[in-house]
Amino acid sequence: MLENEEIEEPTIKPVKEIFQTFFKSYSAVTGLVILIGIAVMGFIGPLFYPTDPFDMVWMPFSPPGADGFLLGTDYLGRDILSQIINGARVSIAIGFSAALVSCFIGVGIGSFAGFYGGWVEETLMRITEFFQVLPTLLFAMVIVALFGSSVLSITLAIGAVSWASVARITRSEFLRIKELDFVLASRSSGSNNMALIFRVILPNAAAPIIVQSALLVGAAITFEAGLAFLGLSDPNVISWGQVIGSNRVYILDATYTVTFPGIAIFITVLAISLVGDGLNDALNPKLRSR
Amino acid sequence: MLLVLLVVVVLNFLMLHLAPGDIADTIAQTMGGADEQDMAELRKQYGLDQPFFIQLFNYVVRVALLDFGHSHFYNLPVFDLIMERFPATLLLVFSAQILSLFVGILLGVYAAQNPYGLSSLFVNMFSLFGYAAPVFWTGILLLIAFSLHIPIFPVSGMRDITIESDNFFVHFFDVLRHLFLPMITLASIFFAYYSRLCRASMLEVLGADFVRTAKAKGLSKKDVLLKHALKNSLSPVITFAGLSFSAVVSGAILVETVYSWPGLGTLAFNSIISRDTPVLLGILIFSTLMVTVGNLLTDLTLKALDPRIKI
Repeated sequence: MLENEEIEEPTIKPVKEIFQTFFKSYSAVTGLVILIGIAVMGFIGPLFYPTDPFDMVWMPFSPPGADGFLLGTDYLGRDILSQIINGARVSIAIGFSAALVSCFIGVGIGSFAGFYGGWVEETLMRITEFFQVLPTLLFAMVIVALFGSSVLSITLAIGAVSWASVARITRSEFLRIKELDFVLASRSSGSNNMALIFRVILPNAAAPIIVQSALLVGAAITFEAGLAFLGLSDPNVISWGQVIGSNRVYILDATYTVTFPGIAIFITVLAISLVGDGLNDALNPKLRSR
Repeated sequence: MLLVLLVVVVLNFLMLHLAPGDIADTIAQTMGGADEQDMAELRKQYGLDQPFFIQLFNYVVRVALLDFGHSHFYNLPVFDLIMERFPATLLLVFSAQILSLFVGILLGVYAAQNPYGLSSLFVNMFSLFGYAAPVFWTGILLLIAFSLHIPIFPVSGMRDITIESDNFFVHFFDVLRHLFLPMITLASIFFAYYSRLCRASMLEVLGADFVRTAKAKGLSKKDVLLKHALKNSLSPVITFAGLSFSAVVSGAILVETVYSWPGLGTLAFNSIISRDTPVLLGILIFSTLMVTVGNLLTDLTLKALDPRIKI
């Protein structure tokens, strides 16, 4: 390494500097604004647009714009605009909590593998590899099909199958950082292993993990939509995926019932990926993302 | 590789075991209820009264002997059902993977020559699109565009049963025509990733000393690009393609459902609707097999590209 001296220091950047770099990037700010807008729409929107997404309010398959329904009605005559507004809440909630679940599993497995090495690493990385080979969607389908399709089981299923990338990144960061001087210093001043893992190394490994987790949020939202498209969604709550899933039989007759929730997902995930790119630039300018 | 399959099988069994309700419940339900004695009889018949590890062992042995159980819905052995659908999925997955690699590399090489030009912008835009658009949504949009409004391609299925011909090529082109849209849809996610990766890796290699040497020797631009630079920049792309195999298979399930492509994906979809768990579990095992074989092929390709790699 050429920049040996630079790297040996703890790599946490001052928070202020991170914010400055992040907010300098137009695309990242645009993404953040869109994301906040969608979250606001999901949480406050229903107050301004009180139509119940489950109520049959008009004739089924009323096209967009006709009869006062901006985005039309679905196969049961429910207002699609209201479904999209209310669906934002659940879609975003599932996206974030599933990403959180996989972040927990991935960081746990990756940090122990990277820190302890030896047979622990061997075993844990074998498990990780296994989850990389497993067709994730099918595995999640099996879990949801067997354990019932509730928001909780869907979230856990998505989280349980998508942590492999986080584990790999965490491990490689741990392998790099645990050899650095400040870790040695901390060890010699009496820190035990747990303190070393979670209080010394993990904060320094956080940057790429945060970036990867941000991308996982987007992936989890599309994942949920994919499951819902296959008919595996919680019938008791409205999510964008559920709107797509319940209308999938009618795609050729009433395209818009699927197009609009799809656009909502597309925009949200796009915004998340812009924010992720921005975070990447702000948190670790040294690491180029390929 | 065998270990991976074994783990999937054990995991399958664990999930079956942990899930609420067992096969006796399912059968009792379809029969319209059964009393305690019948239930016990059924459980005994399926070996559910035996200790956990014996059940596990029996399950593993059965799967190893290619007995994946019986589909309640189709009333056929699961293995036969899967074998019937497997080739279609295989065709879709591998053709999409090869197409997206080919197009992705081509685009990546092109974009790398002009790192801040229009083509690079296009590559970046497309990879964002590939990440953000749900694949089934892309599929639906393409389906509506090219089957409904501009009817060039068939809406669904793999074959046109009205064709009466013994000519092999007629059938071949028929399948190809049906394959086109699903293949494009599935490839659309991945070729974006590959092209981005190939662009980055080409840029790195183009700055290397041996490329300068090749240029200094007076080789033509084409030779430098394709013979020296490309060959050395391929390995990250191929590695990533190998890692993506499971994502391709996952995508194939959704794409098949959109286009009613008669593969494992539609079978999985139907078996969810009809609560046909043995079929679903069999599909999981088979697609894992497909991914491991895909990974093996990737490793072999990598080795062919770079003799330093040992398997």
